[in-house]
Amino acid sequence: MPLALLKHGLFGRFQTPKRQIPAPRPLAKSYDVVIIGGGGHGLAAAYYLAKNYGIRKVAVLDKGYIGGGNTARNTAIIRANYLTPEGVLFYKESMELWETLSQDLDFNIMYSQRGHFTLAHTDAAIRTMRWRAEVNKQLGVQSEVIGLDEIAKIEPTLNLSRDVRYPILGALWHPVGSTARHDAVAWGYAQRAAEMGVEIHQLTDVTGFEITGNRITGVKTNRGDIACGKVLQAVAGNTSVVSAMAGLRLPIRTVPLQACVSQPLKRFLDTIIVSGSLHCYIWQSQRGELVMGGAVDPYPLYGTRSTLDFKEGLQAHILELFPFLAEVRMMRQWAGMADMTPDFAPVMGKTHLDNYYIDAGWGTWGFKATPVCGKRMAECVATDVTPELISTFVWDRFSRFDQLGEAGAASVGH
Amino acid sequence: MKIMNCPLNGPRNISEFAYGGDVRPIPADDAEPKAWADYLYMKSNQPGIAVEWWIHVPTSYWFMAERDLRTDEILATYPPKLPATGTAS
Ligand SMILES: Cc1cc2nc3c(=O)[nH]c(=O)nc-3n(C[C@H](O)[C@H](O)[C@H](O)COP(=O)(O)OP(=O)(O)OC[C@H]3O[C@@H](n4cnc5c(N)ncnc54)[C@H](O)[C@@H]3O)c2cc1C
Repeated sequence: MPLALLKHGLFGRFQTPKRQIPAPRPLAKSYDVVIIGGGGHGLAAAYYLAKNYGIRKVAVLDKGYIGGGNTARNTAIIRANYLTPEGVLFYKESMELWETLSQDLDFNIMYSQRGHFTLAHTDAAIRTMRWRAEVNKQLGVQSEVIGLDEIAKIEPTLNLSRDVRYPILGALWHPVGSTARHDAVAWGYAQRAAEMGVEIHQLTDVTGFEITGNRITGVKTNRGDIACGKVLQAVAGNTSVVSAMAGLRLPIRTVPLQACVSQPLKRFLDTIIVSGSLHCYIWQSQRGELVMGGAVDPYPLYGTRSTLDFKEGLQAHILELFPFLAEVRMMRQWAGMADMTPDFAPVMGKTHLDNYYIDAGWGTWGFKATPVCGKRMAECVATDVTPELISTFVWDRFSRFDQLGEAGAASVGH
Repeated sequence: MKIMNCPLNGPRNISEFAYGGDVRPIPADDAEPKAWADYLYMKSNQPGIAVEWWIHVPTSYWFMAERDLRTDEILATYPPKLPATGTAS
């Protein structure tokens, strides 16, 4: 290696690195599929449309830059230990895609299996965990309730003392819980989609639709109007704004979710630790920073401000779990706009219009679903048939009082 | 901390209050289940000024607030106007 370095340093010609996605160009007059939202979800859908279905006349439009929404803001936790069978099966397929995603995309997304704890501080929490563990195991997802001895063996620095306000009684242990580099997921999908002919248009704000009968025939943007065969929207916190343009009201509220990281520390924490009762979670990144977050803000807002109240509440609880972090400093804080549904399950699939598809309601839990959403939404758009795997997530389940009830597994543990 | 002006108790920390959803007309008792589902679950959720229910938790006092969902600015708070006359949302 050092020799090669010397050779290139002395004799190699400097080459400008290849652009990851082609330079901006004018919008075409028409596309087979217009995808609104260049987050992980929209870009993954574009990739699978081109790869699995040969549909390449696709435009991904983002009003900002790709991956700049919740894709850039999430805390990157990936797991499949949900509560409802529909949820578990869906996230399980996502886990399978994650495991080989770096190879499939030939792009290092830094997928890292660490193991994931959901802590129980009450008998009620233990009960829900047993329920979750049984549903998980039945469907082939590794998940079990373990006691303090085993927790101490896996994560020796965790404070298991009874001298705290809410002592830990046990935990749901999910050995395959993981993290991935969230930006890289967007970049990897974008680059490979672009290589297959998908056009990615940043700074392109969708401002309205041309609707004729039961179809969207045109998409209006700040850079001009385009005709479209089909439209898929994946705009997270802005879901209700875009769906209103198509005349669709949804059971979604936009609520900020905040997070923060500490200064980098020597590695001490191998696993991901979540406590629903304490409203907090923590893991340590490859850079040594502690990544921390909790539940959504107490009320809706279209904004990404951070608050002191959030951090005070969060840190008070984190210090119960790891008292020795008391002197550690916070380095960065941020928020994203989460599209929250009342049952903590997504809204996916076909809509009231024939050629308009939706991927939304991802709230605080949608990063881990990026690959499976991309794959299944691409299938839905390409074949115009809702895949079985996502059929229960249909948008109008609420008007039939047919909610999914995923709160037990998703409200704090994103 | 952010301050909210309670019509009953005056200015208080926002942490003393809880959000209670949009003010919107309640369906008639004999309305179709679909109308009730719409009332319970569907939201307008647009980035503009919303009329909302809030409660001052320590005194269990419910009131209405007008809030800008883009800036989090609380524009007005007042005792509840009944029947609820807020925009259907
Ligand atoms: C702090 C935080 C922590 C989280 N932690 C986790 C976690 O640990 N695990 C997990 O699984 N999930 C987590 N999530 C949730 C996850 O981030 C999201 O569900 C997921 O990233 C959504 O991806 P997306 O591609 O749908 O949306 P986004 O990445 O938000 O992309 C949507 C894009 O749409 C664009 N857009 C919006 N309106 C328009 C318009 N009118 N025209 C054109 N473009 C538009 C935006 O610019 C944006 O780039 C977290 C979220 C937050 C905020």
